[in-house]
Amino acid sequence: MVALSDEEVQHVARLARVALSTSERDQLRGQLSDILAYAEQVGEVAAEDVPPTSHPYPLVNVDRADDPRPSLDREAVLSQAPRAEQQRFRVPRILGEAPDGEEA
Amino acid sequence: MASSDPTRLDAASLLAAYADGRQTAEAATRAHLARIDATDGALGAFLRVTGEDALAHAVDIDRRREEGRPLGPLAGVPLALKDILATRGTPTTCGSRMLEGWTPPYDATVVERLRAADAIVLGKTNMDEFAMGSSTENSAFGPTRNPWGLDLVPGGSSGGSAAAVGAFQATLGIGTDTGGSIRQPAAFCGIVGMKPTYGLVSRYGLVAFGSSLDQVGPLARTVGDAARLYEAIAGHDPRDATSIHEAPPTVADRLDRGVAGLRVGVVRSFLDGDGVDAGVRARCAEAIERFEALGAEVVDVALPHADRALPAYYLIAPSEASSNLSRFDGVRYGLRVDGPTAEEMMARTRAEGFGPEVKRRIMIGTYALSAGYYDAYYLQAQKVRTLVQRDLATAYADCDVLVSPATPSTAFGIGDKVDDPLAMYLNDVFAVPSNLAGTPALSLPVGHDADGLPVGLQIMAPHLGEPVLFQAAAALEADMGFEAAPAAVDAAVAAS
Repeated sequence: MVALSDEEVQHVARLARVALSTSERDQLRGQLSDILAYAEQVGEVAAEDVPPTSHPYPLVNVDRADDPRPSLDREAVLSQAPRAEQQRFRVPRILGEAPDGEEA
Repeated sequence: MASSDPTRLDAASLLAAYADGRQTAEAATRAHLARIDATDGALGAFLRVTGEDALAHAVDIDRRREEGRPLGPLAGVPLALKDILATRGTPTTCGSRMLEGWTPPYDATVVERLRAADAIVLGKTNMDEFAMGSSTENSAFGPTRNPWGLDLVPGGSSGGSAAAVGAFQATLGIGTDTGGSIRQPAAFCGIVGMKPTYGLVSRYGLVAFGSSLDQVGPLARTVGDAARLYEAIAGHDPRDATSIHEAPPTVADRLDRGVAGLRVGVVRSFLDGDGVDAGVRARCAEAIERFEALGAEVVDVALPHADRALPAYYLIAPSEASSNLSRFDGVRYGLRVDGPTAEEMMARTRAEGFGPEVKRRIMIGTYALSAGYYDAYYLQAQKVRTLVQRDLATAYADCDVLVSPATPSTAFGIGDKVDDPLAMYLNDVFAVPSNLAGTPALSLPVGHDADGLPVGLQIMAPHLGEPVLFQAAAALEADMGFEAAPAAVDAAVAAS
């Protein structure tokens, strides 16, 4: 039986990059515990010698000829970005000194 | 309603009416747009109606027909498109605030194929956010209502397209099915919904939910119409690495073949299951008797691991979703909520952009894939997937098709299950084996329960078994008939 702690919920939320409010964490703790308890039934099937299936059909790599082809128009793509500058996506500072709200 | 009303015609009749000049694409398109205008305030099937584009396309088709120029196989047939497929120049939201205002710079392959077939795209339809849900209540833009009862859900996640087709707003609809999201709303709205074999329809331009499960498929009021639409969208696409290379099986020549000699396997544990409503069980049992009367051989089959398919699905689909939805991070498209660091910006963007069900599934998937839990959850679910595939392969060694109820119940009330995720997930219990195995399946209306709500029978077939799938469905439809004529939406409109 799964019973997630608040710390576990916070940890998973951090991994998933979702900021959760206290009330959201509370609600999710109960719901995720219930859902995972249900999902645990998969472990009740003895399957040591059964190979896992990740895909409906056996897949092989599909290669195409290495020919240059046009891609999407850069301006059209960047026009959909929340921030763009100098033909690039603009994001907040990733590396460096104290975060100060300035975009790098 | 006179049969000359183009909104009441199926695609086959509409195409015949165009061919002999009794009807024009422009007039039919105007009639459907007027129907949407009159009814969608009550129904909420469409997120965006693209009326001008639709009319321009219809006028062009009529002109080409007059000039004797080539036309596609669906020329002038009005269609409702789920808002999960990218449409160049028309916003695509996936029912989410996260993508509100995103205007794709390209068309999905399915959209290209629909345009090449000269189907008239009337607009983009409502859906559970990122296709996660069974009621279309998880849309950020409000629920869609069921044309058979406006206080009922239309099912989901393709609830907008199913409601639009069921309410005669559109002749055809496009949905997507990751774990029943075409078949369940088709059952709830009294129409035909079909999930093709995985890989027959391109996923290029389909916003990904569970990439090893997602398939695009048709919604229609007749089996023949669903077959036409399936044939128009299926085909190899070099832009989708999981696309099947062989030519897709054609089905049109199988629709009048009957079922004499076919072996129909009844999934007994599904039909007799505890959670199945009496009305659903009774109508499905009657349909199975009709198969026998039509000359099919009906046998019981066991799928020993089928009761583990749903728990496996609810680990595999969220795991794939947690990975796929990592692309919504406020950088390249859609919403951004500012933050002092990149990580903080992403966490705030995703907190505000995603609704509760999407967050739930991302959390389940992230947990199931995280260190220490991978073997117990994800890996074990993948092994169950193998066992479910083996169960189905064994059954198909002996049967041409399998049948079961499409859903445990008929349409339920809006709000009834929103606070109980597990109860909502149980809607998919009969649908998910076909998704886990990548095999085709279809829901066909076979009557009504005691409340007058439609009941869907699920027919399933093996890998690339579309011909026998449509053959069995068409035979049953021809024998039983079903009137897709929900009065509720018209009564509501008349009252308003």
